[in-house]
Amino acid sequence: MALSIVDDSQVRELVPAVIGILVRRGADFASAEDAVQDALIRALETWPADPPRDPKGWLVTAAWRRFLDATRAETSRRGRELVVDAEPDVGPVPATDDTLRLYFLCASPVLAPASAVALTLRAVGGLTTRQIATAYLVPEATMAQRISRAKRRIAGQPLDRSGDLPTVLRVLYLVFNEGYGGDVDLAAEAIRLARQLAVLTDDAEVAGLLALMLLHHARRASRTGPAGRLIPLAAQDRSRWDTHLVAEGVTILQHALARDQLGEYQAQAAIAALHADAPSTAETDWVQIVEWYDELLRITNSPVVRLNRAVALGEADGPHAGLAALATVAPDLPRYAAAAAYLHERVGDLARAADLYAAAARGATSVAERDHLTREAARTRHRLRS
Amino acid sequence: MKYLLLKHYRGGPTPIVDHAPMDRWTPSEVDAHIRYMRDFAAGLKRTGEFVGELALSPEGAFVRTDGPGRPVVTDGPFAETKDLVAGWMIIDVESWDRAVQLAGELSAAPGPGGGPIHEWLEVRPLLTAPPTVTE
Repeated sequence: MALSIVDDSQVRELVPAVIGILVRRGADFASAEDAVQDALIRALETWPADPPRDPKGWLVTAAWRRFLDATRAETSRRGRELVVDAEPDVGPVPATDDTLRLYFLCASPVLAPASAVALTLRAVGGLTTRQIATAYLVPEATMAQRISRAKRRIAGQPLDRSGDLPTVLRVLYLVFNEGYGGDVDLAAEAIRLARQLAVLTDDAEVAGLLALMLLHHARRASRTGPAGRLIPLAAQDRSRWDTHLVAEGVTILQHALARDQLGEYQAQAAIAALHADAPSTAETDWVQIVEWYDELLRITNSPVVRLNRAVALGEADGPHAGLAALATVAPDLPRYAAAAAYLHERVGDLARAADLYAAAARGATSVAERDHLTREAARTRHRLRS
Repeated sequence: MKYLLLKHYRGGPTPIVDHAPMDRWTPSEVDAHIRYMRDFAAGLKRTGEFVGELALSPEGAFVRTDGPGRPVVTDGPFAETKDLVAGWMIIDVESWDRAVQLAGELSAAPGPGGGPIHEWLEVRPLLTAPPTVTE
């Protein structure tokens, strides 16, 4: 089959470099990105039957032609002379720099997170607007508008400005962690973009984020049961964890930690690595996990980390210690009630635990979590009666 | 974050202004109201926040099974119900505050005399997919 020569992801990987080439020829980023998107859609339609010998050259030619057409139409509408026509020398600048600059531009801190995510997936990830819209369950027209607004918002920002790496990492983390699906595997896409970023940069936190993603992705098969039923870490079949991904994540993490530039993603990855290393919840090194939460708390001072630390402390030092730590956490946090329910069940206060599980189910933000917590409430009440 | 903006024919807190039903408004007041609603949705499409909308007829019925082999039981039309949904809009926005702001705008649709109708709108978060990283 012709498609075996160029599959979708190969086409997608070319997109940021092709945008970079158009920008170097004088196109503004917004028009270049639109032109490449049009060329990409045509490529996805025509390449399976008629694969080009030089996919990148094909995309550059098609996108540049599209850009010139759009510019001519715009110019004649305004009755002005067309100034961009020749194909200027692209110069010796490597495409990798262009791609890195695109990461920074698309994750610009002036953009709302959802807009930065959408723009990154299109311009850096090479996804079509329709694929992104499907993945986030909004109409295609809405996603198209969100992307054009984002591009207008960052118009005039030069492509060569050095960017904000933490914002880029945040965007990739959001792509990995939050999304619905559709025909695009967002977690895999986030990993691909993080891998590419790790090649383009030399940063311990980029490696930390990649390790974190790989270690969590390794558990994917065991995380849900039939009909999307959520299976918590303690009940997961650990023989189904992907040992190759775990090994790769651990290796990347070790190299990152050796550089002694600790950050939040490395600390989170270290916690995931300790779970990955343990044959069961009981045999997990909870003491070390608590220490990593202490590090994470020092870095982020996040209330969510404080909550997760209380749960880990409940495993390391017993549920009473966990409850004491929980008392210092704001109770309006998501998952507070679920954590409190678990710790109260562990100390034997089943009635309180059941009420808290039920409250946690009412406050759940996803159907899978709500159903899981409702089952926990029912199970605890059942234990209470028997 | 997605939110449902729910419009009611009846129900919710007590209205602060007791308008005549829409069929008693002047045709231009009705037009102005409908135009506002349409423009509101168009604005959300432009900002990339629109997901969908549907209007519901006040007709219909409650239905339940009465056991195997027995005809289903219906109750309605909804003369007795205190709460009657008129329609909904789903938005995808950055925050709860933005959802509340938009519901406030929708509630300011013009009524008789051209002033805002001040109707109550119900704003409800939609449940999402679970996050991957929780520990």
